[in-house]
Amino acid sequence: MRGLTLGYLVRRLGMFFLTIWLGATIIFIVPRLAPGDPVAAMVTRLQAQSGYVEGSAEMIEAWRARFGLDGPIYVQYVNYLRSVLTFNLGFSLSSFPSRVEEMIAQALPWTVGLLSVATIISFVIGNAIGALLAWRRTPAALRAILPLSFTFTSIPFFMLAILFIYVFAFGLRWFPPFGAYGRGLVKGFNWPFIKSVVEHGVLPAFSIVVASMGFWGLGMRGMMITTDGEDYMILAQAKGLRPARIFWNYGIRNAVLPQFTALALSLGGIVGGSTLVEYVFAYPGMGYLLYQGIVNNDYTLIQGIVFMLIVTTATAVFIIDLLYPFIDPRISYQKR
Amino acid sequence: MSFSQASENARASVSQEAAVLQVCDLRVYYDTPLGAVRAVDGVSFEVYQGEVLGLVGESGCGKTTAAMAVLRLVQPPGRIVGGQVFLNGVELTRLSEGELRRIRWRELALIPQGAMNSLNPVMKVRDQIADAIETHEGKQPARELKERILQLLATVGLPARVYNMYPHELSGGMKQRVCIAMAIALNPPLIIADEPTSALDVVVQRVVGETLLRVKEQLGVSIILIGHDMGLQAQLANRVAVMYAGHLVELAPVLAIFSAPLHPYTQLLIEAIPTIKQRKPLKLTEGLTHDLRNPPPGCIFHLRCPHAMDVCRSEKPPLREVRPGHFLACYLHA
Repeated sequence: MRGLTLGYLVRRLGMFFLTIWLGATIIFIVPRLAPGDPVAAMVTRLQAQSGYVEGSAEMIEAWRARFGLDGPIYVQYVNYLRSVLTFNLGFSLSSFPSRVEEMIAQALPWTVGLLSVATIISFVIGNAIGALLAWRRTPAALRAILPLSFTFTSIPFFMLAILFIYVFAFGLRWFPPFGAYGRGLVKGFNWPFIKSVVEHGVLPAFSIVVASMGFWGLGMRGMMITTDGEDYMILAQAKGLRPARIFWNYGIRNAVLPQFTALALSLGGIVGGSTLVEYVFAYPGMGYLLYQGIVNNDYTLIQGIVFMLIVTTATAVFIIDLLYPFIDPRISYQKR
Repeated sequence: MSFSQASENARASVSQEAAVLQVCDLRVYYDTPLGAVRAVDGVSFEVYQGEVLGLVGESGCGKTTAAMAVLRLVQPPGRIVGGQVFLNGVELTRLSEGELRRIRWRELALIPQGAMNSLNPVMKVRDQIADAIETHEGKQPARELKERILQLLATVGLPARVYNMYPHELSGGMKQRVCIAMAIALNPPLIIADEPTSALDVVVQRVVGETLLRVKEQLGVSIILIGHDMGLQAQLANRVAVMYAGHLVELAPVLAIFSAPLHPYTQLLIEAIPTIKQRKPLKLTEGLTHDLRNPPPGCIFHLRCPHAMDVCRSEKPPLREVRPGHFLACYLHA
């Protein structure tokens, strides 16, 4: 009776594309609601820099045509949708000959690598600490020490990052202070490169883990306390089950369910990068790219990154929707 | 065999000599900032082999707390402050966690209150029953284990398909019967049934009641039946213990409790049972319940008792056997 039905899959897929279409449309509309004209604004900026630009009117016309801004709005919209759905995200405004999808393609692996590892480590450690804090049988000494690990959560990411750079990069010289890999290394699947990537990743990942595990921990602690009061926990105890089994199969197994939804959403959101951490470590990921896009008024780049975010978040939600019935039997694929 | 006939037969088979459980002067207090609430304050009783002992009283009288203390499952801030609990001669309150864990379910099972939430929602019925079996008897061959679980489900009148189902796919009555199947999985000598029929409709209450009775018949297990469902008590119990404010006030064979109750509280309780022809008002409205942190001197019930005498206000009546098998804590029938 349970099981993945075609109807469910189709409904979910429909939802998936609807989300992306809506998101793409909003990105299309919002900049056009703003007063002014991006091309004219750019030419004005050029004029401001160099005093006078010859044939500025022709230039504006030519650029409009180049960026497809001269047609009526619905033609622009159809062209936009067509290009966006083929991941043709246009030229970057700030570094003109580069295309946005190429810039994203270069930054994406770094961010996905760094943040997915950091998010999962943070999820595991945070949930473990949270569950232990709520568990009645946790040794008192451990219970006294564990909350200390959450104190870092109240310190902002970037402050922590600066502190780590100071201590571990400049003070102890254990890890490099910035970048994603050492200079002069051949990119590829070779040991020196991989080693360098890992070394460069440790500090950013560590600061993300330390700063975000409190989020998971506090959520888990609350869920675990609620779960611990459930009747089935008392019955499990009455059954004489081993404490470890009660902790895992009856406690955590139930308490962690809402955490998975949050995990899926945060994994979906990681392509947006962690702007502040990447900025502090000059890490060439999406966050850093987004930062550059914002400082340089690079609308196409920002649009491209936001579009990527919409696609990955929708994908993550789609995947968790498909997986959820496996982790929580009460959720079924059936239409209610 | 009809339900009532079966109850009669079951009553006859009780052995009066062999006590499975002896509870002596049990005290359970809940610590609060304003002092300890004496939820169970010196309760003693015995449960004989093959009998159903009913434990009744109003909400908050300490009946569930007393049962939880026997299981040593009192939840903080509650704690057992005194008394002994002997299960087949073993003193439970002195056991270490590990020793206790080995005795639990094998010797003493629980049919929980509110079966709605008593099953782990993410585990199949079969795994939850297997959990109880394999924890105490070690890893079992898959086929034998399945046979055994199906047999248990059949005993409580559940279809075999329940084996593979999750708790949310079952009705309330089915869940309760899964809990009963789980309770008898290891054939324990004593089962504590904590309001097994509360939150069920009357038809399902009857089914669960019959299931309990059948289980008792077949296995000869002793049951402590907690609850204020007086109809269920009348049908299942051999003896009934009445609790008031953490004290046991009367303990007698079920017929005596229903037809000739001696304690004023029991009398008011029995009088308040409505019949199908007549609604009866609860007469127990005079006086206030005392503060459980600071019980009055003398009899625990004297503030609300219609027959309170001087001695009741100063001396605490002991639980004495006023007639054969009829225990009472009251000066009226001295």
